This record gives sequence, structure tokens and C-alpha cells, in this order.
Amino acid sequence: MKTQNQRAWIFVLPVLLLVAFNALIPLMTVINYSVQETFGNNQFFWAGLRWFEDILRSERFHAALGRQVLFTITILLIEIPLGVIIALSMPRQGIGVSLCLVLMALPLLIPWNVVGAMWNIFTLPQIGLLGWVMNSLLGISYNMTVSPVAAWITIIVMDVWHWTSLVVLLAYAGLISIPEAYYQAARIDGASNWAVFRYIQLPKMKKVLTIAILLRFMDSFNIYTEPFVLTGGGPGNSTTLLSIDLVKVALGQFDLGPAAAMSLIYFVITLAVSWLFYTLMAKDEQ
Amino acid sequence: MARVTLDNISHSYHANPSRDADYVLKNINLSWIDGGAYALLGPSGCGKSTLLNIVSGLLIPTKGQVRFDENDVTRFPPEQRNIAQVFQFPVIYDTLTVFDNLAFPLRNLGLPENSILKRVTEIATMLELESDLSRRSASLAADKKQKISMGRGLVREDVNIIMFDEPLTVIDPELKWKLRSKLKELHQEIKVTMVYVTHDQTEALTFADQVVVMQDGEVIQVGKPEDLFERPLHTFVGHFIGSPGMNILPCDVKDNIALFFGYKLQLEGPILKSTGHCEIGIRPEFIRFGTEGIPAIVQRASDIGQHTLVQTVVNNITVNVIIKGPPPDPGAEVQLCFDPAKTRLYIDRRIATERLQ
Amino acid sequence: MKYRRLIPIIYILFLMLPIYWLLAMSFKTTNEILGGFSLFPQRWTFENYYTILTDPTWYWGYINSILYVSLNASISLIVALPAAYAFSRYRFLGDKHLFFWLLTNRMAPVAVFALPFFQLYSAVGLFDTHLAVALAHCLFNIPLAVWILEGFMSSVPKELDETAYVDGYSFPKFFVMIFFPAIKSGIGVAAFFCFMFSWVELLLAKTLTAVEAKPIAATMTRTASSAGYELGLLAAAGILTIIPGAIVIYFVRNYIAKGFALGRV
Repeated sequence: MKTQNQRAWIFVLPVLLLVAFNALIPLMTVINYSVQETFGNNQFFWAGLRWFEDILRSERFHAALGRQVLFTITILLIEIPLGVIIALSMPRQGIGVSLCLVLMALPLLIPWNVVGAMWNIFTLPQIGLLGWVMNSLLGISYNMTVSPVAAWITIIVMDVWHWTSLVVLLAYAGLISIPEAYYQAARIDGASNWAVFRYIQLPKMKKVLTIAILLRFMDSFNIYTEPFVLTGGGPGNSTTLLSIDLVKVALGQFDLGPAAAMSLIYFVITLAVSWLFYTLMAKDEQ
Repeated sequence: MARVTLDNISHSYHANPSRDADYVLKNINLSWIDGGAYALLGPSGCGKSTLLNIVSGLLIPTKGQVRFDENDVTRFPPEQRNIAQVFQFPVIYDTLTVFDNLAFPLRNLGLPENSILKRVTEIATMLELESDLSRRSASLAADKKQKISMGRGLVREDVNIIMFDEPLTVIDPELKWKLRSKLKELHQEIKVTMVYVTHDQTEALTFADQVVVMQDGEVIQVGKPEDLFERPLHTFVGHFIGSPGMNILPCDVKDNIALFFGYKLQLEGPILKSTGHCEIGIRPEFIRFGTEGIPAIVQRASDIGQHTLVQTVVNNITVNVIIKGPPPDPGAEVQLCFDPAKTRLYIDRRIATERLQ
Repeated sequence: MKYRRLIPIIYILFLMLPIYWLLAMSFKTTNEILGGFSLFPQRWTFENYYTILTDPTWYWGYINSILYVSLNASISLIVALPAAYAFSRYRFLGDKHLFFWLLTNRMAPVAVFALPFFQLYSAVGLFDTHLAVALAHCLFNIPLAVWILEGFMSSVPKELDETAYVDGYSFPKFFVMIFFPAIKSGIGVAAFFCFMFSWVELLLAKTLTAVEAKPIAATMTRTASSAGYELGLLAAAGILTIIPGAIVIYFVRNYIAKGFALGRV
């Protein structure tokens, strides 16, 4: 049992100060902007909740939010099962393990704009390997800068390329923590491969998978750099996800008020969904 | 149900075993009759768990045959052997209820739900788990979890053999004896062959009708608990069983007479061979203080329940003696009398005297 | 089941393809890249790498990145260790809420904070320093480090602490001499994640720097846009950003799988 100890606050204090400095002050700034209007020259006027109303009604926000939700759901539906399948088929011992882990973790450690740039180069119609294979070898017309469908498929494949390994690593860690006796008992009980997966592997991976879903949800909902470098949100607005739209509004048009209001709405959505996951997770741990 | 025969089993974890030392099991021959209660006893690393896994089919032995009755099952996978195994740590399907856990092996066999219900209820009653049937098994204490593991072995009809691999390791001491007597009770009730692997002599001696003592991959003695105590065939058995174990004393053999520091010893019977490293084995229980024995000096005495353990030395060799009544003071000079019928000669660690009938 | 081993192989091939293409591109001349398609470099050139390794604006980008990433990992670990200890060992007022609040900072869209961050760090006079980026990255790295370390610490039995106190260890001595070794794989995993997220982040790093502490990734985008279509140079710079990551993974490869399994993560 944990001891009741208020002095624990002293241990937590440095973290609190640092994170508060980084989180609370900017958050205050954002809240401050969100209720004001600016005409440049640092002149601000009280705008009340007007921006919030405007944004919640605006079709542009709905469209960006819709694209964002579609994107996040798609990549979760692909990356989580794919990650689990790959983790299940990975070797458990020998040098194969290190090799798999090192090679698979590689995309996770590439700066995000390099990921975007790499995929840009990879998919250029005549210059990129993928672009060349599609257009010249297979005769399928493929050009991200023209076709919204191609652009969508590319950002999704890029995200799968970039992040599935995180799910693999987590799921794999869950798998190797299962004692051998469980598999032996299951064999003696005559369990099929499916039953082993359903009643042993999946329950043991549940916790790490919740974390994987949580991390992937948060990060994909905030994704900015990679798709921005790859497509710039285009063609048209077809791949303008929430963050890209936000930056367009904030820095492109310098509409700080609406941008701030938008980010708050956006933050609250992320928070609400994550809170849901977190509560489910905490409940499960008891 | 079946008679289990292990015929010349050797096993090595090396792909190409060449030396004797590569083998973790060496020429094991055992036969377990239907309905018996057996224990495999030995220190950690003696190969007892490997042997268990060979019987259950989790391992295929490098050499030798496993037979259930007359059928060679050496290469059968576990699911075809109709056996059950209870592991050191409780293995349960966390997300399932106690009922579903117990029903799991039956559902894998595709039995109809109504017969599953009947069988599971029966087993749960036997294990005193009936009130927990609808609970999620993850929430139970270790001893109940271990009961579920047992239960999953028991639900299948006609299980050939149930094996327990140190099943009480994680159980609280006060619950250990309870679960142990439950096991004994179950064995009498369902009469299925049970093999119990342990390094704890109390568990082995109280559970089994026959105890198999193993050391370094070899079976060194098979026998009833009292035989192992009375007449160990190997100094290891004498040393390992009993607390304290048998006194193993240096000796010389001249003209078929055993000498301990020059004192002639009477043995249980004639000496069978006389070449090799000789030792005398006698249990502390079979030595008494007398007037015409081997002189010794008392070092210390300790109370071990109804008896007193007295540690004495003869020329720097410690000899333990267990006596009733008040112990002599430390430093006192005593004379040790060995019971001739219980004094045995061991040559190269194996028994070298014949018992006179 | 026979083909099961193929799945990781196919996946790794898929991962390597774009990286291979970047690598191939980095050894090609601009003419070759624009001139037509070739699977392998026809005329190998090290020109691109030579440019990067001799031009201070390029190679200082690397040094800057490595500096703030190391600084961030150190700060994150130093403050996260006691906090994680408190969360794993004590119950105190508001502990659960605090823990979740920490986690929420990982959820804040970084794009939202870019502008306020710029203003904040300009105001305190840290703009364009390594420390600014290192501190800013604490926003998402400290919560993660606390989370990971808390998991590892909770798997260390509390009896260890008590035994040490009985043996007469003072708290700091216990923490460094006994507790540290017990959770060292956790520290490895946490350091890895701090390194990773700080190394790959660009938006904040770019916003908070101008010249002195400009990260390599930012140098890339600016050079690429100002000098037009220098794909070979861009590719070479990209390849060079992968190398530090690859080295780090190589060292922590055993911790990643085992570490996760031990901890609660």
C-alpha cells in the first residue's frame, strides 16, 4: 500500500513548475487571444465568445475536423491491427529480435519534416521510386499534387510507415511478458491458435494496446509537420487537417482570435477523448 | 486412464549432444501404475521439470519412449495425450470467469453446453469453488487461482495423468497444508494418476505413495517414503531426506570390517564390495548415548520439538544425534552407540551392504 | 503458419524502401536526379555530403540539434525521477488529477502553442538559445518520462526502500546507490523516448530559434526552399539526420522490448 505523504509534493514540484511554465502561460495567452479581436499594431478589442460561435458554425472548421477524424480513425484502424499482426509474427529470440527492433524503430527516429521530405521525394511522379513505379511501370496515373485521392492515400501510407512500429514495439513488449507456462497450459487444454490469441495474448496486450491507441490518437490528432511538408494541405484543401488549418489561420492570415478559439476547441476535443481512454484504462487496472 | 511407462529416456537441450554432461536426463526408466500418487523429488536443476514436460508432451526426448499403456505417445503433442498439468505459478485465463476457465478445455473439445455445465459444477463442488463460479478469475487469491488450474485438469473425463510442477510455490504458508490435504483428498476421490514435482521433502513424503528421488538427471532411488528414510540406497538420498539428514562418516574397510577412526562398526549385513571410496551412513535417530561406544565431545544441543538434536564431534567430524530427554552439557564427553541394523556402508556413494532378513 | 516469418520481412522491406530511395538520391548529382529515372546512382558522388560537412551553416545545425536534445533529455530525467518516485510510492492530495494533468500536456496540439511559445521565450530572453528548445520540449517529454518511470518504479517492491532505510541509508544515498540500479532499464527507455521526441520535433524548435541554435531539420527546409530544387543535398542532409537515431536505437535495442515488459508501460 502506498503511504499518505504530503511531502511528496516537494518531489513533484520541479516537474510542476517546468510544465506549468510551458503549459499554463501559453494556454493563458491563447485563452486571452480567443476572446479578443486584433487589427494589427497590437491593438486588441474584447470580442467575447464570438470566435467560438463563429468557428463552431463555420463550414471550414467542420470540414477540417471531419478530415481530421477520418484521418485519425483510418490510421488507427490500420496501424493497431497491423502492429499486432507484425508483433505476433516476430521472432521471440535470437539475433532476429535485435535486427527487427532496430530496423523497425528507425522511422520513429527520423525528424518529422525529413519524413515528409522523404515521402515527397519518394512519390514524385518521374523522379520518385513510387511515382515512377506507379506511372511508368504500372501505368496508373498517380500524382499527389493533382489528385486528392492520391494525396489522401499517400498521407495515410506515410503515417502507417511512420508510426506502425510504435504499435509493434508496444505489442511485442506485451507479448514477451507472457510466461511460457501460459502457452504450455493452453496446449494441454487443447486450445486453438485463435483461442490462444483471444484468451491469452490479447488480454495480456490490452494494457499496452490502450497506451498505443492513446498515443496514436493524441499524436495523429495533432499531426502537422509531415502532411504539411508532403502535400501542404492540398490539392485544394483536401488534406488540410486541423493543425494545418489552424496554422493557416493563425500565421497565414494572422487571425489570432479565431485561431486561438479554434485551438481551444481542438484541445478540448483531444482532452475529452483522451480522458475517456484514461478512465477506461484506470478502471481496468483495479 | 493408463499406466505410464518411461523407457530409457534421455534428454539434452543441445542439438547434437556428444558428452555425458550434455544430457539433463540420463536413462530414466520409470513405471507409474494407474491411480497412483507419485512424487518427483530433487534439488533445483536435477531435471525433474524436464521429465515432467516430456510426459506432458511439451518436450520430445532425445532418446527413449513414453508409453501410455501399450501406446507409444513419445511424439504426441500435449493436446492428444489427454493429460493435465498444474504449473508453479497459477495459469488462468484472466478475462474469463471461473466457470469459463473450468469449461475452457471442454469447449475446446466441442462438448455440448449442458454436459459442460454438469461437469464443471461437479468439479467446482469438489474444489469448493462453487460460490466463485461467476466471478472474474483475475480477482481471486493465488490459492484459488491454483485450484482453478487444477480444476481445468480435472474437468476432462478419463485424464491419463495429472502433473503438478511445484504447485504450492506461490501459496501462503498457512494455506499450503490446506491445499495439500485437498489434493490428497481429491486423489482418493477420483483415483487418477498424479505426479507431484517438488524440491520440498515434506510435500513429497506427505503426498506420495511412491517417491522418485532425482539428482543430476538420474533417478537414484524409487520407493515408499519410509523406505527412503529407513534405508537410502545412495548417500544423496540419506542426506537430502530427513532433517537433519543422515550422518555420512568417513571410514576404512579392512578384512571386511568397517572402521571409523579405528573403531570397529557392526553393519546391517555383509559387505558386498570393498573397493572404492567408503563411507558410513547412519541417521541421527539411530544413534544413542551409551557406555561402550565411540568417544565423542558434545558441542551443542538444540530443541527440535519432541526431541533434542545433539551435535557431537569425533576427531573433528561432526556426528548428529537425536535423543529424547535432557541433553548433556556442551563439552561433556559421551560415547556413541550405533544401531547395527541401521548402520550401512556406502561405496562410491551407493549402498554396499546387504540387509539380513 | 509457415509463412509467418514473411510478415516482418515484408514490413521491414516496406520501411526500408523510402529510406533506400533517400540514400540513393543522396549519392546522385542534381543532373542525374532531374535527368531521368535510375534505380541506382549511375555516377556516384559524395559532393552532397561534402557540402554539408564543410559548410558551417549545415554542420552547426547538427551540433545545435544534438545539444538541445541532450540538454532536454537530461533536464527531463532529472526532474522526472523524483516526481515519478512520488507518484509510485506516495498518496498525496490530488495525485491522480495531477498525473492526468501532466499527461494532457502531451495532447496539446503543438501548432496551437507555437506563437505563445515564441512570445514567452522572447519575453524571458531565451529566444534562439539551446536552452529554450530544451525547455520547450519538456512540455511533452516530462509527462512521458514520468509516466514511463512511474511504471518501472511501481514494479520495484517497496520492501527495497524499507530495507535500505533499516540498513541506515539516507534517502539521497538510497536513491542513487540502490534505487537507480534497480530501475536502470526504465531510465534507458525514458531517455530513449526523450531523445526520440526531441530529435524529431521541428515546429517548436524552428519557432524558438533563428541563427544561433537553429536545428538541422530547419536548416534543411530553409535551404531547400531558398536554393530551389537541390534534392541531392536535401537527401544527404536527411540521411545524416537518421544516423544519430540509428545509433541510439542500436544501444537501447535490448531495453526497448525488455524494458516495456518490465515496466507498466
